[in-house]
Amino acid sequence: MDSKNGKYQLVFKPYGESAILIEWPKKIDENILTDIREFVQKIEHLKNKEIVDVNFVYNSLLIIYDNDLIKYQDLKNQLLNLYFKADYIKKTAKQIWYIPVCYDVKFGIDLQLLASEKHCSLEKIINLHSSVNYTVYGIGFLPGFLYLGGLPNELEFPRKSNPRANVEKGSVAIGDNQTGIYPQNSPGGWNIIGKTPISIFDIKKVMPIEIESGDELKFYSISLKEFEEIEVGFKNGFYNLKNAILND
Amino acid sequence: MIKVIKSGMLTSVQDTGRVGFRNIGVPLSGSMDTISAGIANGLLNNDKDAAVLEITMLGPKLEFLKATKIAISGAELSAKINDTSILNNKAYLLKKGDMLSFGDLLNGIRCYLAVEGGFNTEKVLNSRSFYVGITSKEKLIVNDLIPFNPKKAINNNFSGRLKNTILFFETNILEVYKGPEFDLFTPNEQKLLISNKFTVSNQSNRMGYRLEESILKHSKTIITSPVIPGTVQLTPEGKLIVLMKDAQTTGGYPRVLQLSEKSIAILTQKKTGDKISFKIKIV
Repeated sequence: MDSKNGKYQLVFKPYGESAILIEWPKKIDENILTDIREFVQKIEHLKNKEIVDVNFVYNSLLIIYDNDLIKYQDLKNQLLNLYFKADYIKKTAKQIWYIPVCYDVKFGIDLQLLASEKHCSLEKIINLHSSVNYTVYGIGFLPGFLYLGGLPNELEFPRKSNPRANVEKGSVAIGDNQTGIYPQNSPGGWNIIGKTPISIFDIKKVMPIEIESGDELKFYSISLKEFEEIEVGFKNGFYNLKNAILND
Repeated sequence: MIKVIKSGMLTSVQDTGRVGFRNIGVPLSGSMDTISAGIANGLLNNDKDAAVLEITMLGPKLEFLKATKIAISGAELSAKINDTSILNNKAYLLKKGDMLSFGDLLNGIRCYLAVEGGFNTEKVLNSRSFYVGITSKEKLIVNDLIPFNPKKAINNNFSGRLKNTILFFETNILEVYKGPEFDLFTPNEQKLLISNKFTVSNQSNRMGYRLEESILKHSKTIITSPVIPGTVQLTPEGKLIVLMKDAQTTGGYPRVLQLSEKSIAILTQKKTGDKISFKIKIV
């Protein structure tokens, strides 16, 4: 680590009238992600009423504050002290989430295209896509959209020059070196390879999404029949997303 | 309760927005022009976060099924109670059965209608602001019934007018701060941002305002990072996008400037073809 006390050199920037942007070294790195996540847990533990909203993705963290209650420089100093303060809270363990995906061509409408462009079988694409653990580097772009890192190089594929007007909610897709799940119906330019029958973002729940930035995620292949069963089960509250605690 | 007789072009319920859910990717939303919404609420002695209607360009026709007091502020849309014209920034009493309608657009594009006690539509993630995928509605349609809260016990007899002290419709200079990537660009490149006049394009809505001019093609990239309403992004083609209240919470283009809340309110009232320029605020 480029650091003192085993910590990173942070860059603080004022961002408009009531926000602070904090930047870690400019790279996509799991250690940085873990460091930000732990820092955010410390910040949340403070239950500081001056801080009104917080989000992070990849190597940066944004803190929105109430500028009637505190000024930039004071909050910056407080946050710096907090960052270097020895850990005093119990960290929330990282979890891994198992997401069922039906890779049937009924849903995976771009699977054939990928297979023919890459001169390989559909099975190879499916096996590769469901073989690795992906890291959730942040949530953004759409409510519940996960930025996933870890797509195998062999699966990289350019996004469509002409995005589709509507991609169905639950579609699992590849765009350049990223993969993701569409959390709601939306326009989209990624190549669709399958669909999950579950909603990872459900506005009817008190906590619309259980997955957190910093967690991991693994896809597993299901048949059309299993898709229908899980879909019905999920709608009626009989199916819970499978997950496990990750050991450090 | 209000009954929607005509919906208008885009009429939505908005409050001060969905605060505290950026970590799950939920946009802020809320009134685009918080100054005008605040004046409308203020005239009725409402709380700051009372929900109002945001009316865009072509106003709705609304029937009041219950007596209440109302105020409108923001865009001048030739409002009428039954057949009588009414003024912006002034409170009016409405009887049961009164009809509120809007006519020619004279100034600005977004008008705010407050009712005493505020509108009382569903609250999702702590806010009533309409947003597709979060609330069940994204805009009002004909025959919708919109509930509002009962009149407050405290009698509010203020009958004067509040003045909007900002020259909203005349001002076309937006005060801004330097954005996080401002210094990625050379002084000459930075000058292009503040010496140019920009034109609001027809691709402008509650998510963002795209500006016409292409000023600076570049290949500077950033790792996807948080963005907020008022952030000015510079695309690789050299065009500017000003993010507004329904904007996504993260973005991948360099953030060159940041509008103040007041500047967001001023821009909210600009329409396609209007000219604006940026002036960096010294802090």
